[in-house]
Amino acid sequence: MDTALHTPVIARPPPAHHVGVLAWLRKNLFADWKNALATLTVGAMLVYWLPPLVDWAIVRAVATPDNDACRALEHTGACWGVIAEKYRLILFGRYPFDEQWRPLVATLLMVAMLVASCTRVLWSRWLIVAWIAVLAVFFVLMRGGIWGLTPVETARWGGVPLTMLLSTLSIAAGFPIAVLVALGRRSHLPAIRALCIVYVELIRGVPLISVLFMASFMFPLFMPPGITVDVLIRVLVGITLFSAAYLAEVVRGGLQAIPKGQHEAAAAMGLSYWQTQRKIVLPQALRMVVPSIMNSFISTFKDTSLVTIVSLYDLTGSLALALGGDANWRQFYLEGYLFIGAIYWLFCFSMSRYSQWVERHLNVGYAR
Amino acid sequence: MRSKRRDWSWRSRAVRGLIYQLVAVAAITAAIWFLAHNTLENMRVRGIQSGFGFLTQPAGFDIGESIFAFDSADPYWKAFLVGLSNTLRAALVGIVLTTLLGTLIGIGRLSRNFLIRKLCTGYVELIRNIPVLIQLLMWYFVLNEWLPPVADALNPFPGIFLSKSGMSFPVPEWEHGHLVTLGGLALGVAAAWLYRRWAGAAFLRTGIPRPMFWPALAIVIIGALLGWVAGGSPTALEMPIRNELNVSGGGAVTPEFLAVAIGLSVYTAAFVAEIVRSGIQSVPWGQTEAAGALGLSRGQSLKLVLLPQALRVIIPPLTNQYLNLTKNSSLAVAVGYPDLVSIANTTLNQTGRAVECIAVLMTVYLTLSLLTAALMNWYNARSAIRER
Amino acid sequence: MRQRTVKLLAASLLASAGALLAASAHAGKTLDAIKQRDQVVCGVNTGLAGFSAADSQGNWNGLDVDICKALAAAVLGDAKKVKWVPLNAQQRFTALQSGEIDILSRNTTFTLTRDASLGLFMTAVTYYDGQGFIVAKKSKITSAKQLKNAEICVQSGTTTEKNLTDYFKSINVKMKPVVFEGFEASVKAFFAGRCQAYTTDASGLASIRNKEAAKPDDYLILPELISKEPLGPMVRRGDDEWFTIVKWAIYALLEAEEYGITQANVDQMKSSTEPPIQRILGTSEDTGKLLGLDKEWAYREIKAVGNYGEIFDRNVGPTSALKLPRGLNNLWNKGGLQYAPPIR
Repeated sequence: MDTALHTPVIARPPPAHHVGVLAWLRKNLFADWKNALATLTVGAMLVYWLPPLVDWAIVRAVATPDNDACRALEHTGACWGVIAEKYRLILFGRYPFDEQWRPLVATLLMVAMLVASCTRVLWSRWLIVAWIAVLAVFFVLMRGGIWGLTPVETARWGGVPLTMLLSTLSIAAGFPIAVLVALGRRSHLPAIRALCIVYVELIRGVPLISVLFMASFMFPLFMPPGITVDVLIRVLVGITLFSAAYLAEVVRGGLQAIPKGQHEAAAAMGLSYWQTQRKIVLPQALRMVVPSIMNSFISTFKDTSLVTIVSLYDLTGSLALALGGDANWRQFYLEGYLFIGAIYWLFCFSMSRYSQWVERHLNVGYAR
Repeated sequence: MRSKRRDWSWRSRAVRGLIYQLVAVAAITAAIWFLAHNTLENMRVRGIQSGFGFLTQPAGFDIGESIFAFDSADPYWKAFLVGLSNTLRAALVGIVLTTLLGTLIGIGRLSRNFLIRKLCTGYVELIRNIPVLIQLLMWYFVLNEWLPPVADALNPFPGIFLSKSGMSFPVPEWEHGHLVTLGGLALGVAAAWLYRRWAGAAFLRTGIPRPMFWPALAIVIIGALLGWVAGGSPTALEMPIRNELNVSGGGAVTPEFLAVAIGLSVYTAAFVAEIVRSGIQSVPWGQTEAAGALGLSRGQSLKLVLLPQALRVIIPPLTNQYLNLTKNSSLAVAVGYPDLVSIANTTLNQTGRAVECIAVLMTVYLTLSLLTAALMNWYNARSAIRER
Repeated sequence: MRQRTVKLLAASLLASAGALLAASAHAGKTLDAIKQRDQVVCGVNTGLAGFSAADSQGNWNGLDVDICKALAAAVLGDAKKVKWVPLNAQQRFTALQSGEIDILSRNTTFTLTRDASLGLFMTAVTYYDGQGFIVAKKSKITSAKQLKNAEICVQSGTTTEKNLTDYFKSINVKMKPVVFEGFEASVKAFFAGRCQAYTTDASGLASIRNKEAAKPDDYLILPELISKEPLGPMVRRGDDEWFTIVKWAIYALLEAEEYGITQANVDQMKSSTEPPIQRILGTSEDTGKLLGLDKEWAYREIKAVGNYGEIFDRNVGPTSALKLPRGLNNLWNKGGLQYAPPIR
């Protein structure tokens, strides 16, 4: 008989705190020596960099439009006064000063419409009608000429409304083109497929700036003599064609994810090609790529800043307009850049957050 | 199958398809013809001269920075070449920097360390939501406004000058010894390749794994070192010197170049970081566990199991980002860096040949894109999962 | 049903293509087009103080702008009937070539290449200029010859770039151009200290020094003028009548100064008995008929913007912010180069 005594293994110590501040700190900041070292290094950097930054941005900053006070700082503090002084020129460009309530209302309308389009309960056919109405009002407000509004030519449009207009219209107009091109790229008709491939690859292969140059400098030569197109429209067409090519690839990604069985089932039900696309394929495909479409929109929104290179005064251009011509305030460009950067950031960040929300909520039925 | 009899009615799908295509091709041809006809007609009526003949004419303007000598008497095509080389130079530097920065931040976003994770997330969310043009302009402004004028250039290390005129740094003076060093380097690379082949074959034969990376690197370095010693170990450096108006000699990069390189790589790194993160996350945790269960070390499992799978997800979008960076380098024109767009613009102004200059511009970018795409397809075909 | 749709589609495509082609078949003459739309479309600089700049109310002012106003007064009878199209250096020529604008009045230098190969015609010189340099006083540079190895800021899309290269080649001095796309960017870079010098036309330098510099006294315009820059409006080729009208609209402003007709006294001058004045103001011969205008065309110009001397003084002359001397732009009989053929 085995008489050896059973000696139990010594029990492990109870696990360290699972909850509480200390436990969190240990887990997230001081898990092992490497981690601790990283925490300390990064912490030291923060301690070193943050106070001067806060000092510059807040403590020493001048917020009143007082040019002498700003100059006295000699860049040791931010001069937010430049924004206080110039914000109307930055936001609305060269739009007549007394009429600037018009672009303000137009922009707010557009933003409200964007928010409405992002609200799920409002998704219906009426949204499209509302969009058309809002765009019409936008144009009437900006352009004037009726209802007793003084006419304002497009050359004087600028700032945020122009940025909004360019990005919204180019996506809105680009979307149908994109869907057609995406369908065309997957078509069984060789000539149509080839045309679509050439279009997409041609546009995606060149920088936007060259498309804008073409729209701005070359396009007038393409037109018959005597016919001129407003430079704003030309640039709009350029951005639309550009973003449509990228959108088409996004839509194509969605189309590719639709199983072949869906097409076959639709064919078996006797649906025609267009009926199949409209009722079966596109609703599923587009739903799948809503986040990517949002990303495209964000890209287009950011890309509109390039129109300043062809002398349109969007948000970026109107900053140059506001500060470039004013010797007293010119040295405070950085504050100006930070200001419009913050505006762009606010728009883009909220849109990207929204697209993440959509990704979580829209595809619940598809989640595996 | 349907009968072979040709059915010319509208109900035939083939006929409909044919008609659709004919209409589409006809419409596009008509549109292109219309535009081309107008352009030619406009040019004829106004007596605008056209054609690419101007490319062989002397350019007549100087270019601020160029990696090879350019004189104003050189023809326009050479000016375009300078522009292209400047574009590629900015793009290459940007690609290297953005890969390093993006990878670090992408890995940082998955770090167990709270501070690092949040900082990296903050970086990505901040940078990718601000237009790259504004970032470029901001970098350029900061470099221009906050660096001292060239007359009192910063001299943080001996031989390095930093001022509004850019950064000057020492470069090795060219001697024949450097040629021998290069020869040694080439020999080292060849030897390292032979070693890896041998080690690979030996592993297949005996099953004993041999280190592949470090010995190969050592062989390359030793080769270069031997070459350097054999070439008489040239050490002469060309140092930048401070003059009354500027700093001359040595290697130099302008603030325009710095702004473009830094701005583009910082912006693109935010996207690269996301690609790296999703690439790493795309490999299921089970793979790591399985590699562990097979007895692979951490390094081996990273190299043999995780990376090959992650890279397959990472590389295609990464190439796309490289391409984006190259295309975005066209924004250099906004900060006065003489890239291809800038040169094309100047040429357009001097000669008035808008159509030709934009055509050259687009062709060059298109060629770059198509080359990259071809390379990408080749890689995809090579690395696709071989299903049996 | 579908068949019909496609047929309709094809038909409408053909029809619209046809309509577009028909529109391109004949181009209206410039003067007729202007009268029809009741507006002169004038291409100007996006912003160069003294020549063409918009104030915060959107009113355009400057020497180049006044030429267009005078033209509108002569042709349409109202100096306000102008549509301003601000253009950057790259856009200007295509805008004129394509018919987007009727006249390009945008401090444009006359050169052989531009006259002979762009499909454009130069009209008459409105400002004799020359290219110069501006430097910061504290750099202690007093001559362009001292700019050895200097970096020089320049705006792209001008004759300036070539002149710069030519000049430094001829004096055998090396320099580095730093080329910017836009006016604002190049000026911003110069005042930030990126370059040791900035180069453009002397009038532009004065405009920059007095309007753009925080302290004008910190900057010095160097004495060297390295090129001839005759500036003036351009028109499209192929419409000789319009070309002639623009040319004589400018000459009339010069003639008015020569004979002492000003904005203030133009109405009294109408009763003058001097034959040249009678001819200019259309009280004797009908010179307008030969140009396709009415006989009071020059009278309306002068009434609207004054004579050339007044335009000069108001926008760029010693009493303006630019404080440019009259110099070469004085009348021929006062030691300058401005010489108008007689209105006869």
